[in-house]
Amino acid sequence: MIKQQFQTPAGYKKWTFALLGIGLAALLAGIFLLAFSKDEHDVTRFWAVLLQNSVYFLMITNAAMFLICAVTLAHGGWTIAFRRVPEAISAVVPVFSVLALIVFIGIIYGHQHHIYHWVDEAEVAKDPILTWKKGFLNPTFFMAWTIITLTIWTLVGRKMRQLSREADEPMEGEQAKKYIWRSTVWAAIFIVFFALTTGSTVPWIWFMSIDAHWYSTMYSWYTFISGFVGGLALIALFIVFLKNHGYLEYTSREHVHDVGKFIFAFSIFWTYLWFSQFMLIWYANIPEETVYFQPRINGPYKGIFWFNFIVNFAAPILILMTRGSKRNYAVVTFMSVLLILGHWLDYYQMVMPGTVKDHFSLGWFEWGIFALYAGMILFFTGRALAKAPMVATHHPYLKESVIHHT
Amino acid sequence: MDIRKFVVGSFDDEAVLFPAVEKVRKAGYKIHDVYTPFPVHGLDKALGLRDTSLHTAGFIYGLTGLTTALSFISWILTKDWIQNYGGKPHFSLPAWIPIMFELTVLFSAVGMVLTFCYLCQMAPFVKKHHFSLRATDDLFVMVIECTAKTNVQEAEAFLAANGALDINVQVAEAGWWIGRYDMDRKLFETQTEAATA
Repeated sequence: MIKQQFQTPAGYKKWTFALLGIGLAALLAGIFLLAFSKDEHDVTRFWAVLLQNSVYFLMITNAAMFLICAVTLAHGGWTIAFRRVPEAISAVVPVFSVLALIVFIGIIYGHQHHIYHWVDEAEVAKDPILTWKKGFLNPTFFMAWTIITLTIWTLVGRKMRQLSREADEPMEGEQAKKYIWRSTVWAAIFIVFFALTTGSTVPWIWFMSIDAHWYSTMYSWYTFISGFVGGLALIALFIVFLKNHGYLEYTSREHVHDVGKFIFAFSIFWTYLWFSQFMLIWYANIPEETVYFQPRINGPYKGIFWFNFIVNFAAPILILMTRGSKRNYAVVTFMSVLLILGHWLDYYQMVMPGTVKDHFSLGWFEWGIFALYAGMILFFTGRALAKAPMVATHHPYLKESVIHHT
Repeated sequence: MDIRKFVVGSFDDEAVLFPAVEKVRKAGYKIHDVYTPFPVHGLDKALGLRDTSLHTAGFIYGLTGLTTALSFISWILTKDWIQNYGGKPHFSLPAWIPIMFELTVLFSAVGMVLTFCYLCQMAPFVKKHHFSLRATDDLFVMVIECTAKTNVQEAEAFLAANGALDINVQVAEAGWWIGRYDMDRKLFETQTEAATA
């Protein structure tokens, strides 16, 4: 009999509450010291950090559901042995959606025009470019589309998790076929909507509208891939952790190897988009476009920009290239932690140059909010893991997953 | 020419083949190779083959391609034939990265294909002896190489005891040769296919 019931290990609880404690302390201190500060820079820092973190962690947790749906749609069976792990991670999405929504309401209705320049109506009226974009960049559209997005992510995600729970019960041949078909349909719905949101519109309004005059057609893909690599790294971390605690008996090095391949491949893809976005702008050399890279390459963000490139490209390509390293739990863990931090930093350099500008810092508040979100991921994912058996033992593709071989 | 004697046994089931491979190896016979109609997962491990170095070769080819592209373009555009493209510096790395990338891919891909062909002894006009034509159809064909010490009858009996369907002894070229199959006298001197197959 395999270990089906997840019991939160003591160390896990300790880490969860330590991170949550640090995070909440940082948030409270942030509210008192920054949010209500007389200095505008402090207020902007507060909202910018909350925006960066709430979107980043929403993206990486939702990426888990994207992985599930993409694999389901491709009729892939290899993930079934550990599928409850990304499912549990995606169960955090509703919570993070609400938090992100609160942050957006705070920014837009709190009139934080240093974050989103376009919330200032007087400025928009004077600005022909922003007036032209007004049909798209306005509080009503922003909030409506955000709410629709978050609701559908939450609902379809929940439907996918419920479908997965059906595979805990035995099913016959015909029933199993129908089950696979229903899963495929729901996965397709999620993927299509995901493409309309994460793949295009949502990064435009959430992040790209910080630099409201500027635009890039690569931006949404870039944001999505950054979050997807972070999400894959998070899944790998949980798999290794659970393996080390004697869970997930059906998951072997073969599965970790394949998750490692995904991390490797999408790190390369991230670099492809990172470079493509840069090169087109560099080549055309139009001032309206180069303005985005000015603070990042020549300005104060130079160090972070290149460090980001080393961590997210040079490290994975060199370290994860060999077969042995992708099958080594220690290396995979190290790379996962590095990439979660790396893509967090990537989101940092997307948000900060347009908001806090030269007054950026990577201090107690930034890392405190990071800790808060990390703690919340541990807390809610742990709770979701404990709710369901660790493996859907009657899933039609389970055998395919168990004998999976790279 | 490297003519050797082989004992050839065919299997029709993976579940029989794997234990047979293990037992044959344990008994001390030298397995020349196992021919299968499709890739069989885990057979390389069962045969005790080491991991391939093909990817290391690919990495080196890739680096060669990268270096070739970078040195060639930079030599052309900064030394040999300097031109002004849109006011960009002569050494404008971002513009070259796509080409460097393409050459990396090209060198590693072509290099790996050629290396793979070399390792598998495949090339135009290169021929190898076929131990059983049904290895491309529905049988797993295990070939044991006879050494001076091998007792052929014992080896045949051992294969039969481990589930081989069709067992025969062949004297054949172990390596490759250039030419045609029908020009190869040896192949037809020893009838290899069982008439009942």
